[in-house]
Amino acid sequence: MTPTLQAFLIVSAGLFSIGLLAALSRRHAIFILIGIEMMLAAANLNFIAFWHFAPPPHPSTGVMIAIFSIAISAAEAAVGLAMVIAVYRHYRTTNVDQFNQLKG
Amino acid sequence: MSSALDQIFVHLKGWLLFLIAGAPSWLIQIVSSLINIVAVLAVFLTLFALISVLERKILARMQNRYGPNRVGPFGLFQPIADGIKMLIKEDIVPARADKVVHFLAPVILAAIAILTLGVIPYGRNMTPFTINGGILFFFAVGSVTELAVFMAGWASNNKFSMLGAMRAIAQMFSYELPLIIAVLPVVMVVGSLVPDRIVAAQGGYTLGVVPRWFVFTPWGATAFLLFFVSGLVESNRTPFDVPEGESEIVAGHMTEYSGFKYATFFMAEYLGMFAVSGLAVTMFLGGWRAPLGVLEFVPSYVWFFLKLSALLFVYIWLRATLPRTRVDQMMNLAWKFMLPMAFTCVIAAAVWHYAGRGLRGWLWALLVIVVVYSALSVLLDTRGKFARRIYRFAE
Amino acid sequence: MNSVAFVIIAIFTLAAALAAATLPNLMHAALCLVLALLGLASFFFLLGAEFVGLVLVFIYVGAVAVLIVFTILLTGRDSREHRGFNWSGVVIALAVFGCLTWAILKAQSLTIVPPHIRALTVRQIGQVLMAGYVWPLQCVGVLLTAALIGALVLVLEEKR
Repeated sequence: MTPTLQAFLIVSAGLFSIGLLAALSRRHAIFILIGIEMMLAAANLNFIAFWHFAPPPHPSTGVMIAIFSIAISAAEAAVGLAMVIAVYRHYRTTNVDQFNQLKG
Repeated sequence: MSSALDQIFVHLKGWLLFLIAGAPSWLIQIVSSLINIVAVLAVFLTLFALISVLERKILARMQNRYGPNRVGPFGLFQPIADGIKMLIKEDIVPARADKVVHFLAPVILAAIAILTLGVIPYGRNMTPFTINGGILFFFAVGSVTELAVFMAGWASNNKFSMLGAMRAIAQMFSYELPLIIAVLPVVMVVGSLVPDRIVAAQGGYTLGVVPRWFVFTPWGATAFLLFFVSGLVESNRTPFDVPEGESEIVAGHMTEYSGFKYATFFMAEYLGMFAVSGLAVTMFLGGWRAPLGVLEFVPSYVWFFLKLSALLFVYIWLRATLPRTRVDQMMNLAWKFMLPMAFTCVIAAAVWHYAGRGLRGWLWALLVIVVVYSALSVLLDTRGKFARRIYRFAE
Repeated sequence: MNSVAFVIIAIFTLAAALAAATLPNLMHAALCLVLALLGLASFFFLLGAEFVGLVLVFIYVGAVAVLIVFTILLTGRDSREHRGFNWSGVVIALAVFGCLTWAILKAQSLTIVPPHIRALTVRQIGQVLMAGYVWPLQCVGVLLTAALIGALVLVLEEKR
């Protein structure tokens, strides 16, 4: 017996929900970034799974989008973490609840 | 006869697999992999033991002394004595350390080094694991090293460990770029990420004498030098052993390790050095190919290990010769000189390819490299004056 | 591709992800994220996308994880100060998971038998990338450069 597309999609949904959990319920800015990374990774799993189970002409679109999304999430992580550091310099904390002013 | 000698290990494995010929295919696959793993481990752990004593002897000779010569003939059993000593030492874990991470760090480091050794072709038909994208596998697995070093530094809960780990990551990150980009021209010219294909592409001889190894092209020679220097940094060897400079920060990320865990770090470092040198041999020095047509009767694995030993000797030689560099000098070298030169190699390889891969291409590629090198030397020339060191602290 | 491997990797990945989302110590969470991503990469291997799996390990574990860990250090060890946990997040996450699972199980077209796997070699990926996807590739290049410069500008010392 081999796993079906459904099984992969459910794992991906689980990963997405866990990422959402991390992004919504933690107070620490870096945890939120970790959650976003997990959600993006879950999306990648979906792309690859759909590519794998695609009918015969078998276009490589899924793989391409996964590669691009990995590159983009790398950029997102770099900028996000730089922002965490910059904000930390101002407020001396990484607790997102305390980032409550627009003025530095 | 010579081909039988060449393929002796392949035949040996085939014979071992023949013993269980009736078994289901998945079992045969597992046994086949296990044989490969055991072979790689046996060969490289022996080489590690041998090199650890040879390094001390060679260093000693270069410094006008004898080196270890008490245990066994010529002191060759020294590694056994060292191993016993390491095993019976007390294993100290600091009270405030993160126990699990502290334990995992050396294990992961050693595992990575062994994994990267798995994709290198050691002889004709002698690649332990052939995967579609072996070079990428090498670097993908190798990039986990930084995380493992970091784990060691953080889990020890010690200032020196942390500083050492920070230094290690900074230098590994900086030098990983030239390391990978120096490999790019080879991958471009061969059109494959499979190490076996890269070795196959370096077969044959120009004019019947000079082997078609990539190191004999201008871009190949430059890329080889860049790769070699970056490899020195990646394996934390002198003159780039800043992360564990014992006169500055005790032993860097290994400060809080003792006994067998310390030995594991030591082993991982050496295995990493073998892996990087092995990849350099595969990419630029023709892998297991003989340097001359008449010498092709010598088995292929002999050539591979001869080349590997030559590179390892250069590693030891450099350690005996050069003093440690300063951190900021190292970073400047990586970003201002090595990275542009690595990109130049990519361009020069393209020029070489489109000019017909002959003498004309050779000269054009040389021209590109010389021009960029001269431009860089003019631009980066400080006329003997060094800029003041500027410290920028992380807050 | 067999289901034993699938089940093992799925449990491993989800457990590591859950640990990454809930562990109190930030550094442990980051290391668990690495484990989860390694599990994801083995899913990619299982699905025949070796190249993407290797790229995932290379970029996420080699670069992003180290960046996260570095940031944790640079922002000090104040992960203990705020243990606050927002329970409404749990409810929302569970609701989203329930909805998604319900939708996936309802969709009939998803119970496909896997077709014959035609492995995508690195050469093919390169050719497709250079033929049909040149403009996206260039855009990603520009994006990465912009992100690099932006990140540098953000973290450079401010003039006081």
